[in-house]
Amino acid sequence: MSAVAAAPARRSLDRDAWIARVAIAALAIALIVTVALPLYAMLSRGLESKSGAFVGFANYVAYFTTPGVGRAVVNSLVIALASTVVTVSVAFAFAYGLTRSHMPCKGVLKAVALAPLLAPSLLPGIALVYLFGKQGILKSLMFGQDIYGPIGILLGEVFYCFPAAILILSTALSLSDQRLHDAAVSLGASRWRIFRTVTLPGARYGLISACFVVFTLAITDFGVPKVIGGWYDVLAIDVYKQVVGQQDFQKGAVVSALLLLPAALAFTADFFVRRRQVALLSARSVAFRPRPERVRDGLLFIFCAAVALAILTVLLTAAGASFVKFWPYNLDLWLGHYDFNNKDGGGWRAYYNSVEMALWTATCGTAVVFLGAYLSEKSNLFAAGRATIRFLAMIPMAVPGLVLGLAYIFFFNDPANPLNVLYRTMAILVISTIVHFYTVAHLTAVTALKQMDPEFEAAGASLGVPWYTTFRRVTVPVAMPAVLDISIYLFVSAMTTVSAVVFLYAPSTALASIAVLNMDDAGDIAPAAAMAMMIVYTSGAVRLLHWLATRGLARRSQAWRGR
Amino acid sequence: MLRFAGLVMPSSKPFYLRVAGIGKRFGDTVALKDVSLSVNQGELVCFLGPSGCGKTTLLRVIAGLEPQDAGRIERGGRDISFLPAARRDFGIVFQSYALFPNLTVADNVSYGLSRRRLGRAGIAAKVEELLEMVGLSGIGERYPAQLSGGQQQRVALARALAPAPGLLLLDEPLSALDARVRGRLRQQIKALQRRLGVTTIMVTHDQEEALTLADRIAVMNHGMIEQVGTPLEIYRRPVSRFVADFVGVMNVLDATATGGMVHIGTRALRLLDDIAPTGPVHLCIRPEDVVVRGVGAATANAVPVRIETLEFTGPFFRAILRLDGGEAPLVADLSINDVSDLALAAGQAVTVALPPDRLRLYPREA
Ligand SMILES: Nc1ncnc2c1ncn2[C@@H]1O[C@H](COP(=O)(O)OP(=O)(O)O)[C@@H](O)[C@H]1O
Ligand SMILES: [Mg+2]
Repeated sequence: MSAVAAAPARRSLDRDAWIARVAIAALAIALIVTVALPLYAMLSRGLESKSGAFVGFANYVAYFTTPGVGRAVVNSLVIALASTVVTVSVAFAFAYGLTRSHMPCKGVLKAVALAPLLAPSLLPGIALVYLFGKQGILKSLMFGQDIYGPIGILLGEVFYCFPAAILILSTALSLSDQRLHDAAVSLGASRWRIFRTVTLPGARYGLISACFVVFTLAITDFGVPKVIGGWYDVLAIDVYKQVVGQQDFQKGAVVSALLLLPAALAFTADFFVRRRQVALLSARSVAFRPRPERVRDGLLFIFCAAVALAILTVLLTAAGASFVKFWPYNLDLWLGHYDFNNKDGGGWRAYYNSVEMALWTATCGTAVVFLGAYLSEKSNLFAAGRATIRFLAMIPMAVPGLVLGLAYIFFFNDPANPLNVLYRTMAILVISTIVHFYTVAHLTAVTALKQMDPEFEAAGASLGVPWYTTFRRVTVPVAMPAVLDISIYLFVSAMTTVSAVVFLYAPSTALASIAVLNMDDAGDIAPAAAMAMMIVYTSGAVRLLHWLATRGLARRSQAWRGR
Repeated sequence: MLRFAGLVMPSSKPFYLRVAGIGKRFGDTVALKDVSLSVNQGELVCFLGPSGCGKTTLLRVIAGLEPQDAGRIERGGRDISFLPAARRDFGIVFQSYALFPNLTVADNVSYGLSRRRLGRAGIAAKVEELLEMVGLSGIGERYPAQLSGGQQQRVALARALAPAPGLLLLDEPLSALDARVRGRLRQQIKALQRRLGVTTIMVTHDQEEALTLADRIAVMNHGMIEQVGTPLEIYRRPVSRFVADFVGVMNVLDATATGGMVHIGTRALRLLDDIAPTGPVHLCIRPEDVVVRGVGAATANAVPVRIETLEFTGPFFRAILRLDGGEAPLVADLSINDVSDLALAAGQAVTVALPPDRLRLYPREA
């Protein structure tokens, strides 16, 4: 081969490496702009006066000396702790039934347990009002207590946080080694002793992880207390009131920073806990297979069925209320509540906006997340850029939606920022939602990529094929199940989210979940329930499509996936 | 051209590949230290060494998959130290094979072929030719998961050979296979390499594989090349205690050397040459070099020993001998004929010879 002939080929290969470098740089910059800079803008705003002068922690001092503030902090902690205890205990028993027993209907029970994922967190509040409110059919169960307040918030948060706890705990409980159980049984250990010495320690990291996640979800959730909180002040509502109600951005930034604290702490702790769990199951472990046991299986089934019934009651109450004239007095079937165009909140337009937003989030988000994960894991170019992507991808998990939304106001609403053309557009809703749910999507992609042979890229390169061709022809098809998982996760999250977007929508870009909030605020509770159910139907339908697509994919790729 | 003949290297066989002074660390781990080696055109070189000694790293540096920290790589006299992998014209068979699971065997094999240059029909013909060459014609439509380990290995070989690379790099290509398949494939690889005449580097930790396959072996330890030589040289004249021990079975006895003699216990043995090290040494001899037949008083280095155990292994007897006064036992492999002709048995006292030309000495920390 002559040097003359070789020259163009060499240029094209250098070009391939440059494409990778540019892509890494672009993603790193995108994450800096959408994650790091907004958070910086928010935190620094908390240290400034209204006129923009640096005042150190004066805003914090002012905030803490405001009467009633201590109460919001205490209330938030109480609610979050109580939600954690209740959710994790119930979810542990439920997950135990799913993974360690021979009870019937496991598939249906698990589907019901995860159903709350399909609904915005406003829905349980609305349904609880219908069930236990002034005209509630189960009002007598409240023994004179008011559902508006801590009890309502607690019940709503348990409903809202339950699926997250179930996902973590059933994974932890299914990662158990049969050999340990066999050893314990053969040593004559009692059932309670086995539970204490084998089951609990094995699931310990899952339990800790679930506690952190539920605590964070509950303390930063805004939907449930907004609908059913009544006079009971919590921090998440405080941010909303300061910013949307009183336009006091400094104070909003202060409360946001406070909300960032427990979430960041929980996240850090969780990160280290997860790290240690890795070695729990060795390659030679034997997966646990439960044996039938009538009494245990029966009791667990009764318990799980009761929990599933409670979840279904909440969902069906909202559905029922949306389809009848006036719950519970006039139960005539009526579709008038779905006539959103005659109500405040954005009408059907809001619903279509939501679907559009969810589609953009799912498509663009999946592309960005997967490419980012691929480049950060598999490339060996531009190490600093890859490290930036890896680090910033983990941050959104620790940032509550409200805080992210507020940070976006500070950053994108700044007239000095050329990016403020995005403010109040569909684009900023899509960007904030992708960022809000980035971490879980990124980790899903990383896990899938790590399971692939690390030499695929080297094999492609040694055969003279550019990296993006191997990415397209091999990496994406092999990781297709994970790609589908990421897109469905982003779609459903985009349909149901309220917290970040509540600060960022404009009248023309109102979303379904925000319409629920606004209609509920205006006292149109039945239409709010109807809109919330529209979200549930849509996410449910898309989940079903995803399930069919995954099955079809599995069938088509059976030949090469093997086993 | 002739005018410059004096400047050209005198060797008639030019080096295809030359690596010089390669160094590579991963954090605190030194994976390669000052590695230099030349590979001739058409030659099969084995990197042999224990796990973790840096064989794979050296192969990846040569392939351009891992940037070296120091040193230079040349192909045909041209510096390719910083050429990206895709430009090096090297085919690689990875230890895991790294076959693309979602592509058929045919698509895997044709992955590195240019559709633009060969056309669809040209590619199909080339794939069939390559599959036939590795003895797998007719399985082009199957997926890697539907093949046995040995078949996958040959598909990986066909894929690496498809673009007709100037150098073939094999990383432990047979280690994932069971012993019978391994033996057969070893011969196939050797025959194929001979037939194509493709310059080949193969990594292995299996000394038998290296000894039977290689034209030359580079024995590696702790990121360094200890010795390069033909299999016979490596086996007969290992340059270090490590090589002696790692390749084949070797008796290692503590001894002390003085000019031309080596003292073990109260006994003095003659050496072939007197340039060997002096002072404390390891005295090494292979078990099959211990002689029992025809040893008389006049035989050089005759040593009276006692047979402690005598174990039949099939092709030969393995005897454990005890030198009188020597603490360490001596292992000897004795032919079945020797044992039956001399009527040897455990517990017996005999005189054996340790031929001077078979003794190897390596310096020892006192
Ligand atoms: N990517 C890497 N990162 C860190 N250490 C590595 C890496 N690759 C190899 N090493 C280390 O370098 C040394 C040599 O490894 P390797 O070349 O794979 O050995 P071999 O192939 O001879 O078994 C080992 O100590 C190994 O742990
Ligand atoms: Mg290796």
